[in-house]
Amino acid sequence: MTTNKASALALALCLSFFAAGCKKKVPAPAPPPAAKTEAPAPKVVAKPIVKFFTAEPATIERGQASSLKWEVTGAESASINQGLGVVGNSASGGVIAGNRSVFPSNTTTYTFTATNAGGSVSETVTVNVTAPTPTPVKDTPAPKATFGEAIAREIQDVFFDFDKSDIREDARNVLTQNADKLKTIFRDYSTGTVTIEGHADERGSAEYNLGLGDRRAIAAKDFLVQLGVPADRLRTLSYGKERPQCTDNNEACWQKNRRDHFTGQ
Amino acid sequence: MKKLLVSFLVIAAAAIAQPRPDITGSIMGTQKAVIAVPDMRGAGRAEALMAIVNSTVFRDLEDAAVFKMAPKSMYPTRVPQQPTDFRKPLQYDPNNRNAAPWLQDWSDPPVNADYLAFGYAAEKDGQIVLYGWLFNVKQADVSGAQAFGKLYFGPVDEAGARKVAHEFAADILKHFGVESLAGSKIYFVSNRSGNKEIWGMDYDGQGQKQVTAYKSISTMPSVSPDGSRIAFTSWALGQPQILVHSLETLRRIPFLNPRAGTNQNASYSPDSKQIAFSSSASGFSQIYMANADGSGIRRLTNTRAVEVEPKINPKTGNDIVFVSGRGGGSPQVYRMNSDGADVQRLTTGEGQATNPSWNPQGTHIAFAWTRGYDPGNFNIFVMDVNTREYVQLTSGAGRNENPTWAPDGKHIVFSSDRGGRSQIWSMLADGSQLRQLTSAGINEKPAWSK
Repeated sequence: MTTNKASALALALCLSFFAAGCKKKVPAPAPPPAAKTEAPAPKVVAKPIVKFFTAEPATIERGQASSLKWEVTGAESASINQGLGVVGNSASGGVIAGNRSVFPSNTTTYTFTATNAGGSVSETVTVNVTAPTPTPVKDTPAPKATFGEAIAREIQDVFFDFDKSDIREDARNVLTQNADKLKTIFRDYSTGTVTIEGHADERGSAEYNLGLGDRRAIAAKDFLVQLGVPADRLRTLSYGKERPQCTDNNEACWQKNRRDHFTGQ
Repeated sequence: MKKLLVSFLVIAAAAIAQPRPDITGSIMGTQKAVIAVPDMRGAGRAEALMAIVNSTVFRDLEDAAVFKMAPKSMYPTRVPQQPTDFRKPLQYDPNNRNAAPWLQDWSDPPVNADYLAFGYAAEKDGQIVLYGWLFNVKQADVSGAQAFGKLYFGPVDEAGARKVAHEFAADILKHFGVESLAGSKIYFVSNRSGNKEIWGMDYDGQGQKQVTAYKSISTMPSVSPDGSRIAFTSWALGQPQILVHSLETLRRIPFLNPRAGTNQNASYSPDSKQIAFSSSASGFSQIYMANADGSGIRRLTNTRAVEVEPKINPKTGNDIVFVSGRGGGSPQVYRMNSDGADVQRLTTGEGQATNPSWNPQGTHIAFAWTRGYDPGNFNIFVMDVNTREYVQLTSGAGRNENPTWAPDGKHIVFSSDRGGRSQIWSMLADGSQLRQLTSAGINEKPAWSK
């Protein structure tokens, strides 16, 4: 969510930048007046003094909090790195004090920097993070499989004869089962598309096999659509013989490669 | 034009001489001049480069297949380095070891040469300078013998040595009306970077360079006849589609793919303004033609079969050969007019016939065929498209595919896995003078361009 916001902001910034770039060019500003020859004598300011910067506890388990505490005198502003930013201002250079809870997921060193006209002073503190002791596994239900996992688990490959894209008898049975499962999966998952990949064995030419793989994928898609699987959630993709799952030089291997394979996105 | 006439005469002469047409003979020509190319010597820093210079000149001349190379073992010991080395003897004596070189040293037996290419190289002003001469040694005196003498300049390194050698050889070939292949490029597919990408190299395998970097599958390259663009098939955008790159900037140029699962096998018309390709827009891969940017698409075939690899006749621009599985059989090579009419099968229907490629004269095709072998065991064949007579160029050496012709119409480059993995090989159109051009990774789908 926050990353979305951040990227939206970045996009907006980019757009405004480009928009500014599109504007008519304004004339260049007049050169600045010549610098005065006599600079005023610099005012001597003592650097701020950090009274303390601590983390309590200094060692936590992952997920727990540690409290950063600080106090500084004579600073105009104070900041902490690791994304915490400015944590206090004092125009008069008085006391800045405060605390902040942090939840580092790994051991992290925080640097506290106090600044005034005289310079800046830094202090560091390290929060050690240990892995939590594993809690005994409870009988929680397994998380629901993703759409892609459901397709990979449920939908079987179908196989073809050499140089053919006709649906064989055994492929009819597999595709009929696939159709039922796809309908169920599509009901369970409102989004997600299935890609039917058409593959060929290594013996034909790469060019002809690419066309043949295309036919094999379309033949399966047509069959599934006839059985009521929604066509708009099926797409075809031929790999020809470019992505074989087996590279041996025999019929068992060639048969494995003459297939339609199903993936979910 | 002159070349055309010469080759026509050669073909006509061959047809008269032999009652049975000889397919490769008509392509290769018959009478060949004998040339002697003794090793040249070099001075200064040129000396270390002479092995490259000599082997490059010799190979360019041998590869051109227009000469008979006189056997080096027969060369005389008296080798001239420049024309002034020749001294006409009062009485010619081949056995006089103290005599100066003379033309008859080369024209008489055992060398029996018609021509002598000779010279030397030196380093001058930080450059290698090759002094090269071609002499017709059948002439009676030196002034009549000289065909040409010329200077060639290049940097003093291996590339410079190759440059001056290629230029000298090209001038010798030009003297015989033959264009050297030395400037031509072969594009091909290699997986050596980890993915199939398009690569390019010189005709002799030197200077191999990666052209695309899509980190996907990019394959089946085809170069426009004007040499400005390369079209290929790539999964870079998801589905297999045709991509076009400029060969000048190497950047992608827009090509409008029709909405289809597969668009592949782009190849250009002779004027580089049209592209023929295969698209499964109808549900079956069929042959289409479009403008070079993909606009103005029209369908040429209309079957319920897989049809791929259209190739437009580079001479007429009218005939198209292609591969089709129509009729339910295994793929065969067909021809049709460029409007899709008058379809005829060219191959016999046996085996699988694929990868047709026109010779530059538009008279013959080279293709890959499993005729007589198990499925997948392709060999390279050449067919006279008019008579449909064919000759087999490779046999019993692995899987040989994707033959394409060199600009000279005499060489064929193809892929073969005869050494284990698929590599790019070249040979003459009569099957001789085999050379392996690649060795890193798997290399396939060569396309030879000017």
